[in-house]
Parts: sequence; C-alpha cells; structure tokens
Amino acid sequence: MSDAAAETLESGPRRRRVRKGVRRGVPLPLLLPALLGLAFLLLPLVALLVRAPWSTLPDQLTSTEVWQALRLSLLCATAATAASLVIGVPLAWLLARTDFPGRGFVRALVTLPLVLPPVVGGVALLLALGRNGIVGQWLDSWFGITLPFTTTGVIVAETFVAMPFLVISVEGTLRAADPRYEEAATTLGASRFTAFRRVTLPLIAPGIAAGAVLAWARALGEFGATITFAGNFPGRTQTMPLAVYLALQNNPEAAIALSLVLLAVSITVLAALRERWVSPA
Amino acid sequence: MTNTPPAAADGARPPQGLPAPDNESSTGGAGGNPIPAEGRVPPTHPHAHPPTGLDAHLIVDLKTFHLDVTLKAAPGDVVALLGPNGAGKTTALRTLAGLTPLTAGHLHLDGTPLHRTPPESRPVGVVFQDYLLFPHLTALDNVAFGPRCHGATKKEARAQATTWLTRMGLAIHTTTKPRHLSGGQAQRVALARALATNPRLLLLDEPLAALDARTRLDIRTQLRHHLAEFEAVAVLVTHDPLDAMVLADRLVVIEDGRVVQEGTPRDIARHPRTDYIAQLVGLNLYKGQADGHTVTLDAGPEIATAETLSGEAFVAFPPSAVTLHRTRPTGTSARNLWHCEVAGLETHGDQIRADLTGELPLAADLTTVAAAELDLHPGASVWATVKATQTHAYPA
Repeated sequence: MSDAAAETLESGPRRRRVRKGVRRGVPLPLLLPALLGLAFLLLPLVALLVRAPWSTLPDQLTSTEVWQALRLSLLCATAATAASLVIGVPLAWLLARTDFPGRGFVRALVTLPLVLPPVVGGVALLLALGRNGIVGQWLDSWFGITLPFTTTGVIVAETFVAMPFLVISVEGTLRAADPRYEEAATTLGASRFTAFRRVTLPLIAPGIAAGAVLAWARALGEFGATITFAGNFPGRTQTMPLAVYLALQNNPEAAIALSLVLLAVSITVLAALRERWVSPA
Repeated sequence: MTNTPPAAADGARPPQGLPAPDNESSTGGAGGNPIPAEGRVPPTHPHAHPPTGLDAHLIVDLKTFHLDVTLKAAPGDVVALLGPNGAGKTTALRTLAGLTPLTAGHLHLDGTPLHRTPPESRPVGVVFQDYLLFPHLTALDNVAFGPRCHGATKKEARAQATTWLTRMGLAIHTTTKPRHLSGGQAQRVALARALATNPRLLLLDEPLAALDARTRLDIRTQLRHHLAEFEAVAVLVTHDPLDAMVLADRLVVIEDGRVVQEGTPRDIARHPRTDYIAQLVGLNLYKGQADGHTVTLDAGPEIATAETLSGEAFVAFPPSAVTLHRTRPTGTSARNLWHCEVAGLETHGDQIRADLTGELPLAADLTTVAAAELDLHPGASVWATVKATQTHAYPA
C-alpha cells in the first residue's frame, strides 16, 4: 500500500490547488448545476446507507439466499466476461484490422446491444436459443442442450449484453495501436496470428483489461435480459439484481441489505481499478 | 559534394562468406565487431542455389502512383535508393519485404522467386524508420523475437540475441525496455533484431533519419561498419545524399516511381542527370545540344565547355565557379557571360548563395564580403561569368 500512501501525499497539495482554482475561476452558472449533478448522483447512495438496517444487517446478509445470489452473480458475471474475451477480442481485431464489405454495418450491429433495451435482448435470445427458437430447437433435439431458465442461460444473457462494451473498448485500443508493429513482427518471421499473440495482445492489454472490467460490471448488474431469458429461480438463475427486485416486494430491508452488498462490490472494483489502471504507474 | 568518399567500405569488407577478422574487437565497443562466441551468426545458410543476390523488377500500380523499379545487387552489395519524398522509395522497400504486394514484375533472391512469398517466410530483415521496437519487450527479447519465430528455443534465441547485442556494443542494455534506450541505441537494437534472423536481404528505411545530428555522425560510421560486414544484399532508403554516399557502394536514384540514374556515388556526384540530383550534389545542371566546345540549351543560351562533344549533352558546374559583376565585365577571360537578375539570397555555410534568373537560371556562391561589395539584393541586375574550364560536359 506504499503506492497508495505516496499517492495521497502527492495529491494533497494538488487538490488544494484545484480548490483554489474553483473559487477563482469557475463561473456560477456552471458551478451550481455541476454541484447539483454531483448531489444527484450521490444522494441515492447516501440514502441507501442512511436507511440501511444496520442492526439486522448481519442476519440479513448471512442468509443462504443472499450468499447463493451473490455467488451466482459473481460466477455468471465472470463467466460472461471470459466468454466475451474469447469471442469478443477476435471480433474486435476483425473490425479494427481487416477490411471487408459491410464492415461499418457489422460494427453498428455489434454495438446494437448497447442501446437495445435488455428486455428486448432477452426476448430475442428466447426466439433464437429458446427451446423453440430457430437455433435452440436444434440444440435441444441434437445435443439435448437447453439454455433458457438455466445458469448457462444467465451467462448467455449477460454475455449478450456485456460483450459490446468489451468489443468497443478493445477495438478502440486496436485502432489507436500502430499496426506497423504487426508488420515488423511478420518481417521477423511471425505469422499473423503469432504477431497478434506476441506483439499486439501485450500492447493492447490495458485496453482489454479496461473492457473486461466494463463488461464484468455490466454483467453483474444485468437484469432485463436475464430475467426474460433465464427466469428467476433461486440458486439457479436468481442473480443479485433479481434478488434485490424480488426482495423489495416482500422484504424491503433485505433489498437494502442486498443493494449494499452490490454497492460494496462495485466500490471494491472501482478502487481496484484505480490502483491498477487509473493512477499513473 | 565533389569530394565523394570512395565506394563505401570496399576495403573493409571481408571476403564474401567469411566472418570478419577478430582482431578489431579490443575496444569491445560497437566499432569493433567481434565474432559471436557461438559462431552462430554469419553465413552457413543452407541454400539450394549459390547466393546470386537480388534480382528484382518491382511494379506497383496504385490509383495515384505507379512504381516501376529494377534492382539488381550481388551479395555483399549495399545499394541506396535515393530520391525525394514521395518518389516511391519506401514503397519499393515494402515490396521487397512483402508488406506491399507487387502488381507485376518479379523478385528473385539468390535465385529463389519470392514475389508470392508472404513476408514471414522471406529471408528478409527490415530496420524500420522509427525502428518499431516492441515496447513491451526488453532489448534482448526484441532481438530474440526473430530467432524464436524461426524455431529456436527460448534459451537459444536469447543466447543468439545476447551475441548480437554484444556485437553492437549493447551488452549492458539487454534488460532495457525500448523507451529507456537513446535514439542511437534503439537504432542498433533494431539493426541487431533485423540481422538476428540471418537475412539474405537487409532493408533499411531511412536508418538515420530519426537521430539528432550528433548521434547521426557516430551511428552512420557504425552502421557503415556493420553493413560492410554483412555478407548478403543490403538495400537502404534515404533522402539524404550524404547517408547514401557514405553507406552505399551503389546509388539508385528514384523520382516519380522510376529509376532516373544509378551508379557509384562518385559517378552520380560528377554526372548528375536530373535537377534533383544536381541540387543534391550542389551543381548547376543544364541539358542541350553539344557541338564542339559549345552546348546550346533548349531555351536558347549557349555554354562554352572544355570538353568536345556532339549531340545531346549535360553541362554541370558548381555554384562556386560563378563570378558575379554589377556591370558588364570587360577583358574577362571567362568565355561564358550571362545577364541575370538576383531572385533570392541565402546563407549557405559561410558563403552567400545567390539564386539568379534571367538568360540562364543558376546558383552562384560568393563570400559575404563580395556580396556586400556588390550590393546584392533581390531584383539587382548582375552579370555572371563562368570559365569554360570549370564546366563539365558529358553526353546525355
């Protein structure tokens, strides 16, 4: 943690200087809305902390359902991120490094899940991979694989929603990276794949990591597509967001407790990110 | 630029196929070139054909650009592609490396056709203009990259890389990342990386352009040593005539995608055939019809020459051969006299270079004192004289 300590030491005077700057320079018409915006973002989180049932919290959190939901959430989000990495990074490479007809259109399609309401994504997944879906029926009859309303279904839904974040992030990094490094590698005898693996991949690793974290966070909070495609079965498909929503209807205190857990996870991730990627090494 | 260095390093080059003598390794620096300990580096290249060098006809058709260049070089040759920006030098180099496909033509290296071979399978090493050292790898692993790709184990590759870095005088920088290397060090790592695959063709794209003037001088000398030692064909691209003349034993001048002149540096410096080359080597160059001791330019004026020629001919003379007068000189022995106007003046070393227009456009060099005494200024009317003995005429 010596790094963190050094950072605090360093940022101390810097912060003071910034504050001085605020008093001198920022015009009121900008400052007031900015503070309002900040308050708007923080207020709900404060409310969550204020209204938290601190006395009963230990009991709420030690219930098996909470742990089940949390474990499932972490598992599925991680699996979805892994799946996104395996198929998303090559897709990003294809979009960034090759030229084929309709590339712009494909690129737009890849980003579609970013703006598509997740529930619509869930419905679409059902029609594609559901038991009677255009692909799902074959999966069912040939391999006996059923995706909807299973844990795998949760992972599929989360991957569908989260992968675009990774692809966009990695593609941007790839575009910014100098393709001539790959050329240099090929003149040294590396095949295009070796060049990608040994030169490009290490060069874009920070972009991949950032994209993976974005995707993981998105997958962790996924609600609409998951509940539509995988349902809400405790222990099998009930992730934390679903548990929160369900608890809110019959046990608000439990909902707050669950929300606190998710908040804690998010803050932990953010802190970890800050240490590793945001702060200048 | 008339003081051309002798055809680069011919004397220093070891007999082809033999490693360099070991007796200059005493300094351990990059100047001396010790034989790598493992003896892994030079030739022993298994080849179906005896090394015959490079035989290439490079044709590339892009929408806005047409390249048509023929290149031939024997093993041990260092050929410089010299030309202005956008002439197609780098494109030619990329086709040799396989990074840009040929539209037509051929590329044979030691008798093996390569024009359909992908870059990773060509026995070609490239030193890129800004080196393109892999930033995430140490100097050692950058150099070991090529041997690794050619099937060496990690240990073997590193051993070879160490040998190469030692040879370049970089033994203490093996664990350094590229961003901590100076320009000159990075250049040598890039050269070591390109040589570590034992290429039969070494390509260097503006190898000294990224260096500051001081480093450039040192690195140019070192590079000349390394190129002299290299037993296969080396082709370098540059727009700097000095680099070309110091490093290469043959120049190929490219303009607009075509070869306009080729030959030894001395030959090209003495007999420029285009304005670009004449400017590079600092000569006034004219083309016209020779008849005895007179060359009549297409535009009208005549130039008296020392040589006797007939037919199409070039006449060249250095700016320092021009004498300027504010009034028409009388009793001058110079046989060439033109009435001109000063178009511009600039300092050129410790001299003033006057750009003249008029009967004959030319450049003239004179001392600062002379320029002041003549009261030269743009627009001034002057008479220029050149002695016939200071011109040099040769057939076009």
